Amino acid sequence: MAVISGRPARGALLPSRLVSLGNSRTGSLVVFIIRRILWLIPILFFVITITFVLMHLAPGSPWDKNGGRQLSQTVVNNLNARYGLNKPVYQQYGLYLWNVAHFDFGLSYQYQGKTVSALLLEGWKYTATLGTLAFLLIVPVGVSLGVLAALRQNTRIDYITMGFSTFAASFPNFVVGMLMVVAFSVLLYKWTQGSFFLPSADFALDDHLVLPVITLALFPIAYTARLTRASTLETIRQDYIRTAWAKGLPERLVVIKHVLKNSLIPVVTTLGPLFAFLVTGSVIVEQIFNIPGIGRAFVTAVASYDYPMILGTSILFAIVIAIANLVVDVLYVFIDPRVRLT
Amino acid sequence: MAAIPVGALEQSADWEVPEQQIGLWQDAWHRFRRNRLAIVGATVVLLLVVIAITAPLLVHFKLIPDPYTQQVENIEVGPVTAGHLLGTDELGRDTFSRLLYGSRVSLAVGILVQFIILPIGLGIGLAAGYFGGRIDNILMRFTDIWYAFPDLLFVLVVVSVFQQYTFGNVIAQMVMIFGAIALVNWVGLARLVRGQVLSIKEKEFIEAARSSGSPPMKLILKHLLPNSLGPIIVTLTFGIPQAIFLEAVLSFIGFGIQPPTPTWGQMVNSGYESIYANPSSVVFPAIAIGFTLLAFSFIGDGLRDALDPRMRR
Amino acid sequence: MAQTLLQVEDLHTQFFTSRGVVRAVDGVTFHVNAGETLGVVGESGCGKTMTALSILRLVPDPGRITSGSILFRSKDVTKMTDEEIREFRGNDVAMIFQDPMTSLNPVTKIGPQIEEAMTAHDRFTEALARGRVVELLKRVRVPAAESRVKDYPHQFSGGMRQRAMIAMGLSNEPSLLIADEPTTALDVTVQAQIIQLMKQLNRELGTAMMLITHNMALVASLCQRVIVMYAGRIVEEGPVEQIFKSPQHPYTWSLLRSVPRVDEARKDRLVSIKGLPPDLSHPPPGCKFHPRCPFVIDKCKVDPEPELAEVGPAQVARCWVLMRNVKDEDVTAAKQSALSKDAVAKLKEPTGQVSGNAGG
Repeated sequence: MAVISGRPARGALLPSRLVSLGNSRTGSLVVFIIRRILWLIPILFFVITITFVLMHLAPGSPWDKNGGRQLSQTVVNNLNARYGLNKPVYQQYGLYLWNVAHFDFGLSYQYQGKTVSALLLEGWKYTATLGTLAFLLIVPVGVSLGVLAALRQNTRIDYITMGFSTFAASFPNFVVGMLMVVAFSVLLYKWTQGSFFLPSADFALDDHLVLPVITLALFPIAYTARLTRASTLETIRQDYIRTAWAKGLPERLVVIKHVLKNSLIPVVTTLGPLFAFLVTGSVIVEQIFNIPGIGRAFVTAVASYDYPMILGTSILFAIVIAIANLVVDVLYVFIDPRVRLT
Repeated sequence: MAAIPVGALEQSADWEVPEQQIGLWQDAWHRFRRNRLAIVGATVVLLLVVIAITAPLLVHFKLIPDPYTQQVENIEVGPVTAGHLLGTDELGRDTFSRLLYGSRVSLAVGILVQFIILPIGLGIGLAAGYFGGRIDNILMRFTDIWYAFPDLLFVLVVVSVFQQYTFGNVIAQMVMIFGAIALVNWVGLARLVRGQVLSIKEKEFIEAARSSGSPPMKLILKHLLPNSLGPIIVTLTFGIPQAIFLEAVLSFIGFGIQPPTPTWGQMVNSGYESIYANPSSVVFPAIAIGFTLLAFSFIGDGLRDALDPRMRR
Repeated sequence: MAQTLLQVEDLHTQFFTSRGVVRAVDGVTFHVNAGETLGVVGESGCGKTMTALSILRLVPDPGRITSGSILFRSKDVTKMTDEEIREFRGNDVAMIFQDPMTSLNPVTKIGPQIEEAMTAHDRFTEALARGRVVELLKRVRVPAAESRVKDYPHQFSGGMRQRAMIAMGLSNEPSLLIADEPTTALDVTVQAQIIQLMKQLNRELGTAMMLITHNMALVASLCQRVIVMYAGRIVEEGPVEQIFKSPQHPYTWSLLRSVPRVDEARKDRLVSIKGLPPDLSHPPPGCKFHPRCPFVIDKCKVDPEPELAEVGPAQVARCWVLMRNVKDEDVTAAKQSALSKDAVAKLKEPTGQVSGNAGG
């Protein structure tokens, strides 16, 4: 009964309670989520393997960069032994995989005695705050601009918002970040007295985030605005909008329940890749504004051949992006009833 | 809904390829020409190309200072000082000529990367579309996984690994960086090509199914090229600013083409140190990058609108 | 005494495009009486849909009603304020559209879509509306109506979707229902069902209906009066039996050739008259139909069509020739082929011009 035409029947590998859910839409959803979570494993596997291979292709050892001092061979040997670098590569690989499965990401090479996990945890609060704030800025602003431009197509508002978007979308974020730093700190020095906006050695979460968040959010806002506008314009031309008007519905109802409900669907699908972008963007922005987050930690890890740190960070990023994509996909199923879960 | 009555719709048979295409290109060219932004973009790019080619000549004829010469006495001077139009950087090198030279790297990155992407994307897309079935499945899963990982991080890791091998060798550095960037950016093209092949297979299949088992590759290629050339060109055109951006970011973080070769990203990086004393060292390369990306985006938009098959009359 | 519900007077609706001004509705005058079903026939692009949209002031950009009046119960629609027209739509006059798949919001359930038509006009509370939706769906013969209200449009079949649209249109008991090609997008068997339904509803509710179609058979079974449109103008108008028995305009005559008859073995097919509808931004000189007319004479090529003239009891047409002036053998020849150049040569001077064309 479990095997029909060569493939296991839908519930064959699942506990019976899940099988009974499997026939309703909610049930299919649960199965869908579980399958996607399981999908994470090959992705992580792939990420780890590739990063691992690349790391070990690099010439030299992590100890070469040690502050310019030449370490004696015995010290190097000790270090290698301590960190397990004297074992054959495939053994190191296997050991690493085993550790990861137990959430042990090893010790960082740069910072003696600190575990990668601890370092990641330290940097996480900065990066997460940065990313979350940016996201909270991007979605409302981007969508609103796009909808506004679409509803007032070919008027001044349309041209201004879209012109701004094209402009903002073309300048890479570090360029924008730079220019903003120049503008606010150098040119407007009189007003800001160098405070409030600037990168500083002492990074406090509360008051120094305005520029970094804007820098990170600018491109996605522009992109989202353009996409929303295009999608809304397309939706407005549909027959069912004409039906809505013909029913005598007030404008607010037509726009919200008929236009937006449809035009925002494609926008939701871009939220997944948006997360990937925020991850990359945070690397850049943290460099510019000297924020001690995970992005910056990644760059320094790469520069110092801190293998465990590099691997750990890559894995963390991969997980974050994968989960974000999963959430978006699930959300999509809820908002578009035509989608069938396969 | 056909609100406006029009005349007869000309349906062209799908298997008629040749003469109409010439008309399409001319038509596209006219439409492109009418797009003012696209023309502005094209002009800027043309200007850049001219600059990139003639920059060494200008140095040779002493019209601009050599970008590699370091003048210790003139470190970080502001614009229009001591014969330096835009000032100098932290090693006394002339900013203006470095700016001009930077265009060479940026253009090279943008364009050459596409040449690497083209065979990869084309190959994988064709394979996935043509063979279908399991191969398609595997390839698509592969591209999905590849796509899931942020490009910058991957390039960073690759570049950092191979950087040591290429120390001091500009050509090798360029090859490595271009390769890395191409490696993360081929997915879009592959998906596009695959989609096109699939839709062609759908049409040809009915005819070819009668003759042999699967449609011959030649037939697919014959129809692939005219129909997809437009979208492929647009994709590659948009890929140029993507590549330039990635290279600039790399240089900014310090992993791009190494000094003394001037690149704009590098200039922003080093200018950042002295941003308060000499903001022009950051502003000018930043603007250069921005406008170059903008120009290519306009061209890409213009090309896309010009080549859009739906707008064919 | 028939009460006039809708009076359209010299309506002009034009589109201002980059290629020129398209006169989609070019001076249309007609009326609809309470309770009657008026057919509006013509090919695609003749202006019938635009006329309907003009009545509800739903003309899309770049179109506009440029002149004329639309009187509904003596109130001019063209001069209504935004709030008045909102009250008017879906309430006094409702419209249902051609393709029910694209005319329904794909991401909202059917029930709420019909409900909102009712709650928008403050005639029903939400609770009442919800109950009434089920009633309405039952009335249009949608099976299992109670559970169907929770379905999405893509879960309905084509015929059921159209029924749902009809239910939506009738939900506020409008005095006039405009139906734009209600059966065109449906299978032939389903078409018949919908036609039956509409007949029944018309009997039960007494709603006046303006049925837009190019299918003469539909007109024959549902309508009392019919107007024939071509290139933005009415070319003939009259009671259905009369029009069918003796159409006076060559275009009407050509359209009727597609009505299946028991005594002729002809399949039911969409009208195909030689040639294509004119480009309304650059119409041909003279009568706009003359390039395709089987009975064209020289006058038609030069002078624009005449005004609508009475050609029978309550029947009007605008033509220099008029079918009753065409010789039988030419009619036969034209029947055999749509391109009958010989008929042109054999036509004698239209004596009808003296007696038939009373002005206006």
